[in-house]
Amino acid sequence: MGTRRYILGKVAQAVLTLAFVMVFNFFLFRVLPGDPAALLLRGTTAFNPENLEEVRSDLGLDKPLPQQFLTYVTDTARFEFGESFYLRGATVSEVIGDRIWPTILLLGTSTIASAIIGLIIGIYGGWRHGSKFDVGSLSFTLFVYAMPEFWFGILVLMAFAGGVGPFPAIFPTGGYETPGADLSGWAHVTDILNHLFLPWMVLTIAYLGQYALIMRNSVIDVMNDDFVQTARAKGVREKQVLRHHVVPNALLPTMTLILLSLGFIFGGAITIEYVFSYPGLGLLTVQAIDAKDFPLLQGLFLLFSAAVIIANLIADVLYSYLDPRVRAA
Amino acid sequence: MRPGETFGHVTDAPIGVELEPGPPPEIPRSPRAIAWTRRRLSARRVWILYRKNAMGMIGLITLIFFIAVAVFAPLIAPKEGLEATCPCNGTPFSPPSWGFPFGTDNFGRSVFTLTVWGTRISLLVGLLATAISMLIGSVIGIVAGYYGRWPESVLMRLTDWFLVIPFLPLAIVLAAVLGRSLTVIIFVIGVTTWPSTARIIRAQVLSVKTRPYVERSRALGSSSWHLTTRHILPNVAPLIFANTILTVAIAILSESTLAFLGLGDPLSISWGTILDFAFGAGAAGAGQWWWLIPPGLAIVFVVLAFTLCGFALDEILNPKLRER
Amino acid sequence: MSVLSVRDLEVSYKTQAGPIPAVRGVSLDIDPGEVLGLAGESGCGKSTVVNAILRLLPAGTTVSGEVLLNGEDVLTMKPGRLRAVRWTGASVVFQGAMHAMNPVQRIGDQLAEAIVLHGQAGEKEALVRVGDLLEQVGMPPRRLRDYPHELSGGQKQRVMIAMALACSPSLVIADEPTTALDVMVQAQVLSLLNKLQRELGLAMLFITHDLSVLVEICDRLAIMYAGRIVEEGPSTPVFETPAHPYTEALSAAFPAIGDQRFRRAPSGLGGDPPQPESVPEGCSFHPRCPLAFDECPTTVPELYEAGEHRRAACLLVPKRTQVAL
Repeated sequence: MGTRRYILGKVAQAVLTLAFVMVFNFFLFRVLPGDPAALLLRGTTAFNPENLEEVRSDLGLDKPLPQQFLTYVTDTARFEFGESFYLRGATVSEVIGDRIWPTILLLGTSTIASAIIGLIIGIYGGWRHGSKFDVGSLSFTLFVYAMPEFWFGILVLMAFAGGVGPFPAIFPTGGYETPGADLSGWAHVTDILNHLFLPWMVLTIAYLGQYALIMRNSVIDVMNDDFVQTARAKGVREKQVLRHHVVPNALLPTMTLILLSLGFIFGGAITIEYVFSYPGLGLLTVQAIDAKDFPLLQGLFLLFSAAVIIANLIADVLYSYLDPRVRAA
Repeated sequence: MRPGETFGHVTDAPIGVELEPGPPPEIPRSPRAIAWTRRRLSARRVWILYRKNAMGMIGLITLIFFIAVAVFAPLIAPKEGLEATCPCNGTPFSPPSWGFPFGTDNFGRSVFTLTVWGTRISLLVGLLATAISMLIGSVIGIVAGYYGRWPESVLMRLTDWFLVIPFLPLAIVLAAVLGRSLTVIIFVIGVTTWPSTARIIRAQVLSVKTRPYVERSRALGSSSWHLTTRHILPNVAPLIFANTILTVAIAILSESTLAFLGLGDPLSISWGTILDFAFGAGAAGAGQWWWLIPPGLAIVFVVLAFTLCGFALDEILNPKLRER
Repeated sequence: MSVLSVRDLEVSYKTQAGPIPAVRGVSLDIDPGEVLGLAGESGCGKSTVVNAILRLLPAGTTVSGEVLLNGEDVLTMKPGRLRAVRWTGASVVFQGAMHAMNPVQRIGDQLAEAIVLHGQAGEKEALVRVGDLLEQVGMPPRRLRDYPHELSGGQKQRVMIAMALACSPSLVIADEPTTALDVMVQAQVLSLLNKLQRELGLAMLFITHDLSVLVEICDRLAIMYAGRIVEEGPSTPVFETPAHPYTEALSAAFPAIGDQRFRRAPSGLGGDPPQPESVPEGCSFHPRCPLAFDECPTTVPELYEAGEHRRAACLLVPKRTQVAL
């Protein structure tokens, strides 16, 4: 019973946060300095008072603010985000829908990979803290942390796609699949994987360090707990102490922290997709900035925020299932 | 009273460090002077411990090096070298050579000159953005922690909401709407990085609030202002300081990312804008590593420097961490 | 043959400031069915002795001497044999049962872990045995499905006792089992330990700083100070007529309610026990000793005979015997 109440509470909080984001999103584009219509038409030949008026009324900017907000809320509820300005004259939903799968593929696979690798490194680093492995992995983590992901991406692109010095150019320089090639079945999958590999590698390496660090510190904390001593005294082998006693307890707080760091991954996705011209939501965001496509940006912003909110919710719910102490509360 | 002893409400500066024997400090007169003497001595203790921290010293030296480069930029590399039409420029796209240690860019400008001058903007933006972030974060954290009840709930809820919004999309959207200028970048970074600071500071305020000397002071009838500025702030300050250093690292990384994505000030040179140009000119595909590596490495070293200093300070000022 | 026989145990911890000796030459024996109490203030090395017996000390700690458990030297055992002996030869009821159990595992599984590990039963049988163990310590068997946080302090301690009995060890070491408990619960746990010890004929090593508790349950007492044993003997005589000034101070520190002597002259010993890094020269107790004389700071006392089966490490003891002669 306690769990259900806990979960309902968390869901309510998530909804509230989403509401805040929506309101914030709305005001961001209306209340900030600058006339959206002017921003839209700035630098184009259509920049004249009549067109400005027309665009303004199109966007509903001539109506009073509360009415605009109401329209906004009802539209959002119906997943109608308006029309994209320059990109193909399609609706924002269509545009996003077209590009969402590559990003899911990229982020999904790299998050799983960096979580798994990061956790393993963290476990062994923490279990043998102070050892060469630990010091080495900490230094590596620190160095990668200090490196902007886009720069790492550029270097990798240069080395393995462009080819420089001793590095072979064995990967494509970008994109999702070879343009024009009409492949199917296994050949198609391989082509996609070939294009996915470099951005996937960069994102995985960029974030596994942080996961490793969180897990390492968690393991060290748990190692000092009394029950670990009890397990040893019972005659449990060291490996089993690690596997059955230390890791389950260390994993709990780590998991939530990992899920909570999803916000940063979106940032990485944006820059890495840009560097590798990978046609996902990240690249779309950059293109939307260049094109000053505000409806699209608004939709993307809402989507990213919603994704983080949902990830947080999942983290909380998952934690409540796995930690018996929370379950009972 | 021996040198280093305090009146009982100590700061979180570490004790247990023997000060070098020397002339005893002069007997101070007013309570204000006493407080400042105490602070000076705490700072000295922190410095002595800091000196022993290898990580921290490496960071500090690197930091001083970069600050020197920024300050003395005109002496290290000629400013004219930043102009595309400078006669001092060499052949475009050439790898490192004697005259051009980091090679040249698409205009033939020396990448060395660009990188040196880029230090100024990168550091400046990092520091100013951090100042804004720390200001907002500290005020919110202190007010929330000190007043409790509904101000705390409201402020913390606000903080949590901002934490949820992913940083880069928000920064991008703000910068896109507000335009491209240094001020905007500084503002955007400042306004998107305060939440984690606010959280940390509030937690510290909560722990300081319950200490005996605060209760004592309140029982003596001190006002909120007095309590906040004279008791809580000095004890939260060391933590704020350590956090500030770490935030600068994040701010510099953020600036480079925003600049790279084309949101930086087109008229100023920072490491991020250099990389933006380079990438836009196809340096990656053309294998022009001399153009791409120095600005990026500079970012890495500066961020590492700030991070190491911040970790070292955190270790010294946060007793819990020292056991690790 | 004694169940436990410790000879000249010395333990030094490795620290940044160099090795710190925590135990500086301890010898003791426990016969089957006997209860030995080990008393002393914080920092005297009692817990270190406990950890040394099953080689649970942190890596890098220097240990020398002999620890014979049922005749085998624990300190020179191969790792495989050591793991087999742990819990089956000797088990520990740890202090602070608050955190001595895995928070995410049911207590039944934790109890069964030891049984299954040492091959004493299969998984299903083990759970039956767990139910029996819980009954033995006065808990309903169905509680084996609970998690540690669902138990009260006293219940957790009972479960720890049940855990210690799981593999029918020859020796049970109780390391301050009542320290963190309320007084009423303390009494319950003590009487439970007493009962179990007698029913099962267990040999026990009972560690505490509370002398009055020891007298109830122990056959013999050993008093530790600054890493050494300073007095040992049958519990009642040691408690009532201590031979070492430290023992006297310890027993006097726990006044008997209603006893007029204590109201007029409440006693307590000034000063603190020495830090392991800075133990005084000569007799380590001399700075706090009300009976110290000129030889004390320079001569390290041995454990002299001080009566029937009694020994004490005080320079006054040979003097008294001399006078008696």
